[in-house]
Amino acid sequence: MVRALDRKLLRDLRRIWAQALAIALVLGCGIMVLVGAQATLRTLDGTLAAYYDRTRFAEVFSTLKRAPRGVLDDVALIDGVAQVEGRIATLALVQVPGMAVPATGQVISHASEGAVLNLPVLRRGRMPLPDRLDEVALSEPFAEAHGLIPGTQLRVILGGQSRELTVTGWVLSPEFVYALGPGSVMPDDRRFGILFMPEPAVAAAMDMTGAVNQISLRLMREADPRAVAIALDRLLAPYGGTGAHDRERQQSHAFMTSEMHQLSAMSTYAPPVFLLVSAFLVNMVLGRLIALERPQIGLLKAVGYSTREIAWHYLKLALLIGAIGIAAGWAAGFWMADAMIDLYAEYFRFPFVRRAANPSALVTSAALGLGVAVLGGGRTVWQSVRLPAAEAMRPPAPASFSRGVLDRALDRLALRQTSVMILRSILRWPGRAAITLFGVSASVAVLVMSYFMFDSAQLLGASVFGAANRQDLTLALSEPEGEEALLAARSLPGVVKVEPGYAIPARLVNGAAERLGAVQAHWEGATLARLVDDHGAEVALPPHGLVLPEMLARALDVGPGSWLEVELLAPPRETLRLPVTAVFAQGMGQEAHIAAPALFAALRSVPQVSQLHLSLDAAQRGALDARLGSLPAVAGLIDWVEVERQFQTLLRENLLTMVTIYTAIGMMIAVGVIYNAAQILLSERSYELATLRVLGFSRREVAYVLVGEMMMLTFVAIPLGWLAGTWLAQGLVHAVSSDIIQLPLAITRRTYALAGIAAAVAAFGSVQVVRRRLDRIDLVSALKSRE
Amino acid sequence: MILQPEASFPARPVFRTEGVTRVYRTGAVEVRALRGIDLSLREGEMVVLLGASGSGKSTLLNILGGLDRPTEGRVFFRDTELTHATEAELTAYRRAHVGFVFQFYNLVPSLTARENVALVTEIAARPMPPEEALERVGLGPRMNHFPAELSGGEQQRVAIARAIAKRPDVLLCDEPTGALDIATGAQVLEALHSVNRDLGTATVLITHNAVIQRIAHRVVVLADGRIVRDEPVTDRLQPAELTW
Ligand SMILES: Nc1ncnc2c1ncn2[C@@H]1O[C@H](COP(=O)(O)OP(=O)(O)OP(=O)(O)O)[C@@H](O)[C@H]1O
Ligand SMILES: [Mg+2]
Repeated sequence: MVRALDRKLLRDLRRIWAQALAIALVLGCGIMVLVGAQATLRTLDGTLAAYYDRTRFAEVFSTLKRAPRGVLDDVALIDGVAQVEGRIATLALVQVPGMAVPATGQVISHASEGAVLNLPVLRRGRMPLPDRLDEVALSEPFAEAHGLIPGTQLRVILGGQSRELTVTGWVLSPEFVYALGPGSVMPDDRRFGILFMPEPAVAAAMDMTGAVNQISLRLMREADPRAVAIALDRLLAPYGGTGAHDRERQQSHAFMTSEMHQLSAMSTYAPPVFLLVSAFLVNMVLGRLIALERPQIGLLKAVGYSTREIAWHYLKLALLIGAIGIAAGWAAGFWMADAMIDLYAEYFRFPFVRRAANPSALVTSAALGLGVAVLGGGRTVWQSVRLPAAEAMRPPAPASFSRGVLDRALDRLALRQTSVMILRSILRWPGRAAITLFGVSASVAVLVMSYFMFDSAQLLGASVFGAANRQDLTLALSEPEGEEALLAARSLPGVVKVEPGYAIPARLVNGAAERLGAVQAHWEGATLARLVDDHGAEVALPPHGLVLPEMLARALDVGPGSWLEVELLAPPRETLRLPVTAVFAQGMGQEAHIAAPALFAALRSVPQVSQLHLSLDAAQRGALDARLGSLPAVAGLIDWVEVERQFQTLLRENLLTMVTIYTAIGMMIAVGVIYNAAQILLSERSYELATLRVLGFSRREVAYVLVGEMMMLTFVAIPLGWLAGTWLAQGLVHAVSSDIIQLPLAITRRTYALAGIAAAVAAFGSVQVVRRRLDRIDLVSALKSRE
Repeated sequence: MILQPEASFPARPVFRTEGVTRVYRTGAVEVRALRGIDLSLREGEMVVLLGASGSGKSTLLNILGGLDRPTEGRVFFRDTELTHATEAELTAYRRAHVGFVFQFYNLVPSLTARENVALVTEIAARPMPPEEALERVGLGPRMNHFPAELSGGEQQRVAIARAIAKRPDVLLCDEPTGALDIATGAQVLEALHSVNRDLGTATVLITHNAVIQRIAHRVVVLADGRIVRDEPVTDRLQPAELTW
């Protein structure tokens, strides 16, 4: 049998169901983000671990110029090394039927006896046979994008020679879960693919028989990757090693880690805001309910219910709201995890996904949800329930007002009396106004924090495409050449302008601090590929010395005036000592920059070119594309027009879904807060508002008292929310930033405006729902009695 | 200021009702609160409405005040028919012509006495200054007090000041002394009486206290939704002369 008190509980809940639901939804949003992000992380983590394990993904990687296979035996002797794999890797141009510009292919030699590490996972067809020099297996996303089913013929320019290959199968590789082509900012399955070819074929084409240019290692359990990398570098230095690194700097792995960092940061930063707001709302709504039920509490006490029983009764209501929030949050969280994993699966290519819930996140979120209910409800419940029965049965003392300094100021303002009512109500219940302010600013802050990521991305885009790379096409040369290469390029069809580029891998050393990166030379007067900072401003290169991005400077602990040792990891393989002359703001980038004359003077050589940046006449693009496939000196190309188009598409597509989700979540807070505050205002003051109607105030004039108070608080809260949002965004940037990637902190006016508008719209909409109830108020019955 | 000789009112009525009936329906139950009221109220007249509890007094007053509409019959304010007026028209009517005084004062607790009066003068066409209205009910010195700082009688006088400040054509009072003791009640009646006398505001006053009828020009008694007595008061008294 349901006890009478429990029946009352359900009736109470039914009476305030809309308010309870609004709170539960706010709480649910917080729990959804927590549970959803954690489940996604758990899934990605588990999937990755299983994938890496099954395919024996290496732990240390090194690229070198050329070393005899025999060196692998020496590598195996390094302390801590468990397994060694050597192979030949190179870039190739792939002519795909139906594509004018050749795609870039990462060619990887496939050992005759099968790979030891980084095993490709066969998805379709078979691997190329060791003795078939014209067979190739393609990475699945690339093959899929072009429909290159096994049996299809493919023209590839490898080592300066064009050859016809037959596709034998599709594979996925743990090294290319996130497959980024050279110079790309995002994966492009159409323009970048991995080509697994039998080792003899690659070796013959590259003239590398009996040699390797990539070595990767798997370590013993207790080995230190850094120590192994150092030993490996020492061993490979004579062979043109460009520096060994661990997984953290393996591109695909690094990108995934960074993505997971962001997710994890989001799941720590957003939920507390929602939980805190929910706690305040529980407090507000329960406080009002108890105030209304004071006489009943007195009665319950009079008939013998203990204080504890009554307190538990009201607390149960709070817990019930919490439980609804938890249930909704869990359900939405699982949905969110599913959706996110599907989304990730578009960019991260796994052969399988191991979906995993995160039981600890469920337990934590449940504890937090119930904690919020108890925290929010506890004090109010206990305070009111403790009243002696007789006192409880008397109505609470009417709100007292008194005139203070502020009122004299109000007099001077000569406000309308309805405006005075609004101000006095805020001043009389500052706690409640504070909760409303807090809630709406939290809503704005969450919106700012969500939107600003797109600002950062756009800023990055503007800087990368608008300011730094204005060229239409960049050609990467297979070997550095003299400046006469510019002339040759100028004579290609449709080329309007050519500018030189030169980059060389280098190890940057300052005492104990060192970083692998590159040195990039810049020519004076360059207009296509320029050095710009995160805000798109061109960085002037001093005539001497290095210019470093902030993050790199910090990592190396250098500033203007310091000296760096620069070990060049490609010919001429010298070690230079160069001064740092400036540091500039750039979030991504591990390159040291230098004026070309300064670099080549230091190298005592004539200027060299390793990249050609081209500006093109669009009309002759077809003619150029036809020639590009057959230029032996070109190892790869970046079609900037295409890259930018993809970047913008990606941003736009993500923008729409993400902005919708974030906006809904962020607005939910404002809805929960304003709806509840307005509802309480109406319930407390319906008598007063009905009186205004009786006195001849129109519906609109009366609604002004309700809507005006809520919107005034909202408008005060919006700037506070901007501040809080900026602060949250800073925290997020800080949490997400890694050695390799730093999100630029840029919040546009548009973001502030959108966040403000979204919160204002949510507030206005919610208060309108309550206003409709005010409009329907029965004047006569409102006059009959005081509540 | 118009001083009305007590016997001769202009022929034109302020209010006229024809067969006003009001039926409340709650579910299957029908309550006939008014059953055919024919009444007219002249300019400057003060009418006391008497009747047992539930006889329909408040219902009638609310219909006259534009807070409610009759189920059947017609209501006129001067030449304007209120019977089928829209919500907005009724609001405009109340705003322009009607002053209300209720048993529970209905003051806005967050506004001072002066501000409560100003609330109405701000939306009226030709109001008197709030200070003047408060002086009239003897509350000039308490102008800046909040309702919670005033006694019941004082609060009711603020409500009267609020009702008269816009110079209404009619003053409708539903048990204005109902919650007050005798002495305080007398003060409130004095205020209403002087307003009627000095400003010539037609006044309808509901009371349970038969003694009060002696201050009016006319007494109307309701019973079970019908007028059972409607006669002039021949021996009018000043409120101060009432013996309770
Ligand atoms: N909203 C309503 N719904 C249903 N019945 C109502 C409603 N308002 C009033 N009544 C009924 O109409 C009748 C007349 O009510 P009214 O309030 O006019 O009486 P009254 O003469 O003012 O009584 P009192 O002296 O007690 O104030 C009563 O029987 C009452 O129960
Ligand atoms: Mg009544």
